[in-house]
Amino acid sequence: MSRFFSFTRLRALLSKELIQMRRDRITFAMMLGVPLMQLMLFGFAINNDPKGLPAALVAPTQDRYSRAIVTALELTGYYRFTHPHASAAEAEALIARGDVSFVVTLPSDFGRRVDRGDHPALLIEADATDPSVASGAVSTLSTVAAEALLREKGIEAQARESAAQSLEVVVHRRYNPEGVTQYNIVPGLLGVILQMTMVMMTAMALTRELERGTMENLLSMPATPLEIMLGKVLPFLGVGAVQVVVVLVAARAIFGVPFLGPLPLLLLGVFVFVSSLVILGYLFSTVARTQMQAMQLTFFYFLPSLLLSGFMFPFRGMPGWAQALGELFPLTHFLRIVRAVMLKGADTAAVAQPMAALTLFAIGFAAFALLRFRRTLD
Amino acid sequence: MTDEPAIEVRGLVKRFGGRAVVDDVSLTVAKGEIAGFLGPNGSGKTTTIRLMCGLLTPDAGEGRVLGHDILTEGRAIKREVGYMTQRFSFYEDLTIEENLRFVAGLYGLDDARRAVSGTLADLGLTSRRGQLAGSLSGGWKQRLALAACIMHRPQLLLLDEPTAGVDPKARRDFWNEIHQLASGGLTVLVSTHYMDEAERCHRINYISYGKLVAKGTVSEVVRDAGLTTFVLSGRNVTRAAERLEGMDGVDQVAPFGNTLHVVGKNADLLRAAAERVAKETGCDLSPSETSLEDVFIQLMGKARDNMQ
Repeated sequence: MSRFFSFTRLRALLSKELIQMRRDRITFAMMLGVPLMQLMLFGFAINNDPKGLPAALVAPTQDRYSRAIVTALELTGYYRFTHPHASAAEAEALIARGDVSFVVTLPSDFGRRVDRGDHPALLIEADATDPSVASGAVSTLSTVAAEALLREKGIEAQARESAAQSLEVVVHRRYNPEGVTQYNIVPGLLGVILQMTMVMMTAMALTRELERGTMENLLSMPATPLEIMLGKVLPFLGVGAVQVVVVLVAARAIFGVPFLGPLPLLLLGVFVFVSSLVILGYLFSTVARTQMQAMQLTFFYFLPSLLLSGFMFPFRGMPGWAQALGELFPLTHFLRIVRAVMLKGADTAAVAQPMAALTLFAIGFAAFALLRFRRTLD
Repeated sequence: MTDEPAIEVRGLVKRFGGRAVVDDVSLTVAKGEIAGFLGPNGSGKTTTIRLMCGLLTPDAGEGRVLGHDILTEGRAIKREVGYMTQRFSFYEDLTIEENLRFVAGLYGLDDARRAVSGTLADLGLTSRRGQLAGSLSGGWKQRLALAACIMHRPQLLLLDEPTAGVDPKARRDFWNEIHQLASGGLTVLVSTHYMDEAERCHRINYISYGKLVAKGTVSEVVRDAGLTTFVLSGRNVTRAAERLEGMDGVDQVAPFGNTLHVVGKNADLLRAAAERVAKETGCDLSPSETSLEDVFIQLMGKARDNMQ
């Protein structure tokens, strides 16, 4: 039996952890049920490109032009005219209350000016308190409205002609041409769900022993810090593996997320990611004195990692310092791997960098945890 | 193996937040001895035991346990020492058998299965092996903890208040087992509050407010204390107690049923006071043996005086 590591001792620690895990029914059920629930909830709920937003129309004289514009706007899918006959004052109240996201105002002489070939104007007011709500709807706007008018006047040919003369811009929305939010969210959720359970569960590892008074006994027996760490952490790799299977199968079967890259590469990425998470959680548990503290530490970590990793908001949209901070979270790197492999069909070389970063995290956290581990009750 | 003592520590000091919980404690326990470790609550018994088995690092002092340096060879000490904690510290959500298996695995016992089943049989727990440790009564928990501590055949047992909250029958069984183990060559250091338990030890060490204030065999400790004791009996002992309290030469007045124990350091003064009160209240007066408990109460009071 080696001085620093023995499989007999590790096996004893592992089987003890597995038995405890199995006996704690509620926690065990949560570890398996929560991922599926969260995946369903967030997978279906989150949408970065909201459509069918309520709108009000202020048009004192309703004619074929105003109808054409309304139809064109509704056809984009972004607008739903819930208040088609609003007065200016009513519309103002509606948007202030948040009952509508848009107010489309056509001046009373709108039709006349179109017929005259004058420069007709229409006003669209968007509730931009949440910029992402307004952006998609507004971006489609100018061309849609103009084309609608021209079509209504029966001068489509002229319209096409004028379009042909101007610069042609070709846009390919690659990897996700229809802009399906779920393709982006569901793979990301894999990372977020794993992070949630893995870090929290392992953060309890040592603090639970401390609080139950079993730490004193454990320390008085000849287990080494490395064995204790592995004993605490390895069972959760197994739990993580189950969660991964659940989420990936659901991603494919329920959300139809494309799966272009090699599966082994993705699984390797998941493995390194989960390793770094469980060791991070264990590191928390070497720092905290009580389970409460461990829980708080975990939550202090969760929020920034969620918001700065690029899971919710575009990573590139953050200022440099925030991006630098974001690089410190394993989740950031995992999101790059999982999105690249699943959506872009990336190969090993393409994800080598985030993979290396995750490996470094795992090793660094482990070294730090072993240093932090208190062999005594001091 | 030489005749080196099982425990030999010198000048141990441990401070928590600036307060010396263990203050210059030196202790020697010979091989095969049952050493009692006594003292009031919070006197530093647990801390001293933890220092000796490497669970705490001393702020000063040195020593050897089973020939291993307590500062540098904690790992070797852990392998040869069985430490039974004051609070039950096995896993309540594991069964008796699973707990024992866990311990056997951690010590890397060669034939863990046999060690576990042997221990279960010794304990008479074979039929309840599948019961969760958390559902055991205090006495059974204590037996389980002791069994788990001796399964790896340690040379030294450190028992921290092992019989707290255990009924008299279980306590007696427990002590019989300790004596049996000691006769097999095991050294035992046991901390306790109970005087009858102290009297079952070969030697006792009394610690108070972090300082070791008395040591030796029970009769040595009683003799060294140099106390005189009288017993008053009669119908008016309660009134006698009120009278005696605070009189010159009277250090302790303690009622025991229908009798009154009066203890003092100065035999002449004590005799004078006791005789006077006995006459006044019509009680009978007789000299008596000083008990270990009287000595301890005396030591406790003295140590507190030293603190102030």
